[in-house]
Amino acid sequence: MALPQRKQDATDTRLAAVTLPNGSAWLTKARNAALGRVSVMGLPARRDEYWRFTDPTTLVDAAAIDADVLPIEDNPEFSKNDALRVVFVDGVFDAAASDDLSLAGVTMTRLSQAEDITWAADLLGTLEERGQKPVERPLAALTTAMATDGLLIHVTGQAERAIHIRYDRKNVGADVSLHHVVKLDAGTTVTVLESGAGAARFASNMEVDVADGAAFHHVRAQGRDHGRRMNTHIFTRIGEGSTFKSFTLSVNGAMTRNDCIMEIVGDDATAHVSGACVGDGEGFHHDDTVFITHDAVGCESRQVFKKVLRNGAVGVFQGKILVKHGAQKTDGYQISQSLLLDGDSQFLAKPELEIYADDVACSHGSTSGAIDEDALFYLRSRGVPHKTATTLLTLSFLAEALQEIADEALAEDLRDRLAGWLDRHQH
Amino acid sequence: MLEIKGLKVDLEDEDKSILKGVDLTVPAGEVHAIMGPNGSGKSTMSYVLSGKDGYTVTGGTATLNGVDLLAMEPEERAAAGLFLAFQYPVEIPGVGNMTFLRTAVNAQRKARGEEELSAGDFLKEVRAKAKDLKIDAEMLKRPVNVGFSGGEKKRNEILQMAMLEPKMCILDETDSGLDVDAMKLVADGVNALRSEGRSFLVITHYQRLLDHIKPDVVHIMSNGRIIKSGGPELALEVEHNGYTDLLAEDA
Repeated sequence: MALPQRKQDATDTRLAAVTLPNGSAWLTKARNAALGRVSVMGLPARRDEYWRFTDPTTLVDAAAIDADVLPIEDNPEFSKNDALRVVFVDGVFDAAASDDLSLAGVTMTRLSQAEDITWAADLLGTLEERGQKPVERPLAALTTAMATDGLLIHVTGQAERAIHIRYDRKNVGADVSLHHVVKLDAGTTVTVLESGAGAARFASNMEVDVADGAAFHHVRAQGRDHGRRMNTHIFTRIGEGSTFKSFTLSVNGAMTRNDCIMEIVGDDATAHVSGACVGDGEGFHHDDTVFITHDAVGCESRQVFKKVLRNGAVGVFQGKILVKHGAQKTDGYQISQSLLLDGDSQFLAKPELEIYADDVACSHGSTSGAIDEDALFYLRSRGVPHKTATTLLTLSFLAEALQEIADEALAEDLRDRLAGWLDRHQH
Repeated sequence: MLEIKGLKVDLEDEDKSILKGVDLTVPAGEVHAIMGPNGSGKSTMSYVLSGKDGYTVTGGTATLNGVDLLAMEPEERAAAGLFLAFQYPVEIPGVGNMTFLRTAVNAQRKARGEEELSAGDFLKEVRAKAKDLKIDAEMLKRPVNVGFSGGEKKRNEILQMAMLEPKMCILDETDSGLDVDAMKLVADGVNALRSEGRSFLVITHYQRLLDHIKPDVVHIMSNGRIIKSGGPELALEVEHNGYTDLLAEDA
């Protein structure tokens, strides 16, 4: 189907300005294929169904908008956690700040240095391509094409430590695309942590292939820089009896669009995706877009998203559960909630269920609310000052999402940061 | 200790007067009980004293040791020594009972210019006091009042009271929803806190609680006023004859 002329023109103009990075032959092939997908789909525009609540303009434009750089904290997210550290500064690998990329149970290479790696050549771009149906995600294809670096992680056993990818910033105007591929062999486990604002404009893909009986844990914190713009995609294929869990914390940021596309292909698997975000001011726009496909029997999926918004901040949630014909005994749960700390903020939610099997339990809910006055009075009547009480109740609101993080130390790290943010952002 | 003079209160949202001139004095170290028919204004009085929104004071005063209660924020009243044991304690998911208690204790200490309790001292104290109220470690770890039975919630109120060591304790129908054993446990907790420097105002519908928490004075409230005050025998009279005679007397 031909694209509308306006969209075709915009896409052509944008793609004409794209120079693909150099790399080995297989990578160039994958990049060209991805670019071809973008050209066919066209870049997203405001009138697209999946961009109704989020204006993609600043993610699509040829030039990135500058964003002030906040100094790196003394103890950035997850720094207390024992992990293999991989650091990118404005998207450029920082060898001095990174650990040696060797880890028991894992083989790891950087995308920019990848020679002929059969497994990666077979996988890179394929989950992204699968994820283009039934909903097109042209920005993901663009990222596959343009990514200059990333990690190719092959998990062959129990990863000895977590892998922590840190995205630092130094440049006010960097425009960065990274692409990671994670392949978990059957029965293996790994935890991947990501943190940092990444760049003025940061795009990332993570393709995760979870083989039977494997477990993938992902916890991410997207920095605290106010002006940064980010669009991320996770594509995962989830095998029999395996586990996929991903949690994202977003604090500040002018624009965030996090897409998570999960396809459960093996029976008795578990897929959880969750997130918490806090935003203050009209310059904050945060969008979680989730698509879970159940294509196997007896699987469980959970989506838990909580957003705290104030002073005109905007939160978006688009979450879909698709239960295919024959995916019986599916247990799908979806909740998206916002806590509006004043009357100016906005939460837009579009929960969707599409079910073709007759023996399933799917529930979804979406709410917007203010601080519970009774609870506030209860706390204050015990001597807790108004501000502290509001912080406590806001953390209480976020708790269900934070509980999705299996590792208590990681959850505590993020909870403390949230508490700090809430204390700083009250009148 | 607590001195209420001519207190008049309206509901904020409606043109409805709830308290129509309450006079009540609770001297230091005494236990006073308030009984009265439903809708007589007992709970409203407890809320107004502790600073809940939704009420407008149209007249009168309420002071705690000479300090104007009505001019203060709820947290300031708490720091000044006022405590309300809620009829319906609020559930707060995601906030641990311990975190809540420690935040409250230290916030009050800070407001009074006292040193905050260290984590170790706090833990020691809360464990000892919880044990007396048969509150186990598991209950302390759980989110505030979430999944607590009616009895557990009320015991948790008394635990907070014990930790915060207020001067003036108001108990709003603390006996409601409690079985005989739970009531005994709660009453023992309250009695353990009785002292010369601490006063209690016990709001209840039933004389039975007053068998366990012996009051010095019993007040009968009706239609927004205290219509009669007397000794513990007044509670017995209500238990046997109801309010009809007392109300007729007042009319």
